[in-house]
Amino acid sequence: MTRNDVIIRTENLTRHFGDVVAVQDLTLDVRAGEVFGFLGHNGAGKTTTVRLLNGILGATSGTVEVLGLNPLTDGPALRRRTGVLTETPSLDDRLTANETLTIYGRLYGVDRGRLRTRVADLLGQFDLLDRCDALVGGFSRGMRQRLALARALLHDPEVIFLDEPTAGLDPVGRREVHDLITELSRSGGRTIFMCTHDLAEAQKLCGRVGVMGEGNLVALGTLEELAHSLQKGVRLEIELDEQPGPAVLDPQTESPTATSPMAALTWDEATHTAGAWLPTRASIPDLIDNLVASGARIYGVRRQEPSLEDVYFALHDSREGIPPEGDAHSGGEA
Amino acid sequence: MNRNRLNWRAVRAVAARDLTIVRRSKNVLLPIILVPLLLLVIIPGAIGFLGSSMDVGSDIEDLERFLTMMPEPMKAQFEQYTENQTMVVFILVYTFAPMFLILPMMTASSIAAGSFAGEKERKTMEALLYTPTTDLELMTGKMLSAWIPAILVTLVGFVLYSVVVNVSAWQTMGRIFFPNAMWVVLILWLAPAAAGLGLGTMVLVSSKVNTYQDAYQLGAMVVLPVILLILGQIGGVIYLNVAFVLGAGLLLWIVDAAILWFAVKTFRRSEIIARL
Repeated sequence: MTRNDVIIRTENLTRHFGDVVAVQDLTLDVRAGEVFGFLGHNGAGKTTTVRLLNGILGATSGTVEVLGLNPLTDGPALRRRTGVLTETPSLDDRLTANETLTIYGRLYGVDRGRLRTRVADLLGQFDLLDRCDALVGGFSRGMRQRLALARALLHDPEVIFLDEPTAGLDPVGRREVHDLITELSRSGGRTIFMCTHDLAEAQKLCGRVGVMGEGNLVALGTLEELAHSLQKGVRLEIELDEQPGPAVLDPQTESPTATSPMAALTWDEATHTAGAWLPTRASIPDLIDNLVASGARIYGVRRQEPSLEDVYFALHDSREGIPPEGDAHSGGEA
Repeated sequence: MNRNRLNWRAVRAVAARDLTIVRRSKNVLLPIILVPLLLLVIIPGAIGFLGSSMDVGSDIEDLERFLTMMPEPMKAQFEQYTENQTMVVFILVYTFAPMFLILPMMTASSIAAGSFAGEKERKTMEALLYTPTTDLELMTGKMLSAWIPAILVTLVGFVLYSVVVNVSAWQTMGRIFFPNAMWVVLILWLAPAAAGLGLGTMVLVSSKVNTYQDAYQLGAMVVLPVILLILGQIGGVIYLNVAFVLGAGLLLWIVDAAILWFAVKTFRRSEIIARL
């Protein structure tokens, strides 16, 4: 399998539970070696999708293929090559960390001769070695999450499904997991399918994201592609000596200083920063010209790309029928 | 790998996992130890000792009237005994026999309730479903983890019971009178089938409920046929001899096979995950 080969492919994948639509017409490609973010609110269909992709749940209709296998008919063969971190760690309190990994190693078919070393390595890697013979019932939430993650990696899976991988971890633990995901993807060539609520985490780690809403895939692509499709424009922050005059501020005025209807400037008195959403980057020089012409003293200009959070909430608002507000979700300075 | 062949390493891993959990579960382990201790050691021991000191004299008419209700072969057997010996043999050899059906049933169903419904309740099943084990391997491992302890408890209980009744009733009987052929068949043929019935019933019940308590309470109904057996025996309708135990065992194994067939057909991870 080489990079960019399609590893996961679904077409019109649908799953109903009675009258409830969990996943509807999901069409998706995930390529080898990429970290794919799967976003959406609770109940959006993310976990159901992971279950469908691993063959532990059958589809109502549509097709699905993972690593060239049909998850439902080739489930055991597929699951030997995938690892899943479930949303809840799904660990038994009455087993020790060592027992948990050893038993799951046998279930995943890890070679007998290699199992003991592999378990010890993972316990060391996830900082659990000194508690390896303690019952999991006495573990903190972070330790449970680390153990569950170690379990998902026991058999060196080619595709790793992570459902909220940093839930319950402290900042240091989060950073370690982020580093691990990056390492698994870059050096290990693993494909990561990551469900998360954490938009900053997704922006940091994921090349492409899919956004689920009520069982439907509402957006798919890189952050830039999503931002472009939502036509959010360009966000500009300008540090000034004082608040610009009304001619620049009022987009409705016929004054020659008006730039465009999108250039309604906002003002943050604390940082002396004016913010603006412009339709294209070509509008930037016009706005600067207007500010200079109005006598403003400019100390700095920063162009900000829309964050995943901006895109996510814009998607959410558009689905809820809320009109776009430019920088409505872009931070406290606006 | 042949997809129809069981991967026994995986089956053993599932069974080892569940057995380790059972070993550390007080609410499952305590009844498995205490109930046999009470039913198979303390109570029969007391009866054996009392048998030697009991004065049957005033109750002899009651006993004789009771024995007239018993089947002919049993009456013929009792002719060789004194009143005290008759009392001891009737209670310890015949009346206690159904306990060795209740015991494996209860043990198997108690462990299976924890292993199937309990696991759903503790939310520990999902990770197991994501492993490469097949549905059949998963179910076989879980069933073995309940069936093997049930058989072990029955065998250990039988050895203890044999020692206790022979020692405690030595003064009355004056010889080793237990076990007889019927008991050997009961322990090796009928009791494992009874364990299978308790287990199979619990697997089916667990697929419909989500908590250990619900499963255990519903599954407890499986002992009803044994209660009927006890009543039938006291009423003189049933005589526990080798032929009866062999026949009852055959019937139970057939019922077990039917339940097992149904359980294998219904135990689907897609069904289980949909209920989690």
